[in-house]
Amino acid sequence: MGPLQGGALNALLNIAGLTVRFGTIVAVDQLDLRVDPGELFVLLGGSGSGKTTLLRAIGGFVQPDSGNITLDGVRLDALPPHQRAVNTMFQSYALFPHMSVAANVGFGLRMQGLPRTEINKRADEMLELVSLKGYAGRRPSQLSGGQQQRVALARSLAPRPSLLLLDEPLSALDRNLRRDTREELVRLQRRLGIAFILVTHDQEEALTMADRIGVMRDGRLAQVGTPAEVYEQPKTRFVAEFLGAANVLRAVAHDHSAHLELPCLGATVRIATTAMPGPLLLAIRPERVRLGAIDGANALPGIVVDRAYAGEALTHTVRLADDSLMRATQSLRDGLRAAQIDIGSAVTLSWDVDACIVLSE
Amino acid sequence: MKADRAFVLAVPWTWLCVFLLAPTAIVLAIAFAQSVDAVPPFSLAHPGLDNFLLIATDPLYRAALMLSLKVAAVSTFFCLLAGYPMALAIARSPARWRLLLLLLVMLPFWTGFLMRINAWIGLLQDNGWINTILATLGASPLQLLYTDTAMYIGLVYTYLPFMVLPLYARLSQLDTELLHAAADLGAAPWRVFLSVTLPLSMPGVWAGVILVFIPTVGEYVIPELLGGPQAQMIGRVLWEEFFNNSDWPTAAAIACAMVLLLLLLPAFVWFMLSRSIQVGRSTR
Repeated sequence: MGPLQGGALNALLNIAGLTVRFGTIVAVDQLDLRVDPGELFVLLGGSGSGKTTLLRAIGGFVQPDSGNITLDGVRLDALPPHQRAVNTMFQSYALFPHMSVAANVGFGLRMQGLPRTEINKRADEMLELVSLKGYAGRRPSQLSGGQQQRVALARSLAPRPSLLLLDEPLSALDRNLRRDTREELVRLQRRLGIAFILVTHDQEEALTMADRIGVMRDGRLAQVGTPAEVYEQPKTRFVAEFLGAANVLRAVAHDHSAHLELPCLGATVRIATTAMPGPLLLAIRPERVRLGAIDGANALPGIVVDRAYAGEALTHTVRLADDSLMRATQSLRDGLRAAQIDIGSAVTLSWDVDACIVLSE
Repeated sequence: MKADRAFVLAVPWTWLCVFLLAPTAIVLAIAFAQSVDAVPPFSLAHPGLDNFLLIATDPLYRAALMLSLKVAAVSTFFCLLAGYPMALAIARSPARWRLLLLLLVMLPFWTGFLMRINAWIGLLQDNGWINTILATLGASPLQLLYTDTAMYIGLVYTYLPFMVLPLYARLSQLDTELLHAAADLGAAPWRVFLSVTLPLSMPGVWAGVILVFIPTVGEYVIPELLGGPQAQMIGRVLWEEFFNNSDWPTAAAIACAMVLLLLLLPAFVWFMLSRSIQVGRSTR
């Protein structure tokens, strides 16, 4: 994956050819990345994908084996962590247990040698920003998990870094709190104009928060783009299946036409673009698949074998002629009764031509 | 169920009563007795505070006590100075090395204490190893044995593991992410140490200080074997009262006074620790 679109002139962070090895394991592999000022960039990946290692290499806690990292034109990789103009919000929060909330938040400012009155003023401002105004004198152990999370955020933002690294900042919160905090975090990021690189394994978090998402796999960026680009136009099967669900079918393109043959099913489907001749994979998102025939759409017959109810949506699993399974998810706008189809029923699955995603692999 | 519990508790309680409370009570009783020329050499016919008054007023005992406190304080200081870097180095070393390094710290305990002190005598005496080496190098020999230096070497050497172990226990538990966070916020390594590592290791420091200071105050063997005649520490005075003068009541009074004094130190430390937590809670 080469440098991304646009010139690197006004980039905030530039990473080129970064490799980090732990013994024989290559955690980050020849990685290139550019992050713009004020951007909220989300690194999405499963465990072991190298996303946290990448973050730690930027923060300075992991030594890269090769490649370079520049921030605002300054080479970071030669500097020790305390001289880097980036701050990190740690997954465990890493709040100093022997210091008050105010002393935690003011720590970075104290290290910058600011006068005491200025430190107190800015610490108070930061605490107000994260709605913890009356908590300055408390110890971290006297706070709830959500409050600790906000203290950690305030502490890492207080020195006003141009780039903040957030390692799974929401993973320790429970589900409802996580959704609220997610929105709050984005609002705060917009307001302060500080670029964020946020690491997560949660695809919903990535899609809702990011300006751009980088999907990581095996120490490389499998794809980088806006949430809509990465979700609507995944380039590989991995990205298609990691971000949301996907029905993947084997297909063959015989010429440069918009028709693909599905050899296993003995059927033909139409796609919105043309594909290079040869075997390929075709992905269709379950929410784009409808039960019942529609004029002008692609269609495949099958038998309903399973049904999964998820509150706001219902997913039918349908067995196709070659025994492969295809899922169709529909919203329950018209109620559960209207949507559900008995297991064992024969159905026609249909999807629009533009719902077809051609994958390179 | 209840009987089982009572039985389990009876074992440590019996142990405490037989080997701690009973001897302490006997010593305390003798401290109130008078010295007589008999066997045993004390009489409880007219119990009183005479012995305590004696050790409180006689300058010999006060000087011995002050000297003991000073020697213990200096030894503890040097144990801390040497032990902290050792404990930190062990705690920061790769996990597979830690056990070996800890074993090396404790290794001297596996040989007899008197043997090790005798080894130091062999090293330090006038024609010992150190002076032999100095002589071959052409330097003039040093009077080492029977000096304060030798006594301090022996004390620090003997009690160092008691400082290293609690410090190591504390430092190895320190969350390295806290050190990362401090560095991330702009703290140079020495500031990380002063603002995070040191304050969070204070319980280990106090534990080590108590473990070294208390036994050093009453130390008898090391000053006797390595120190000069001027090193009249309270332990030596007690020995002389007991074995040379056969003055059991005075010796017992000295022992009781020491126990009382040495109970005050942990109490003070405990008070300071709980106060520091309290202060941290109420101020910013």
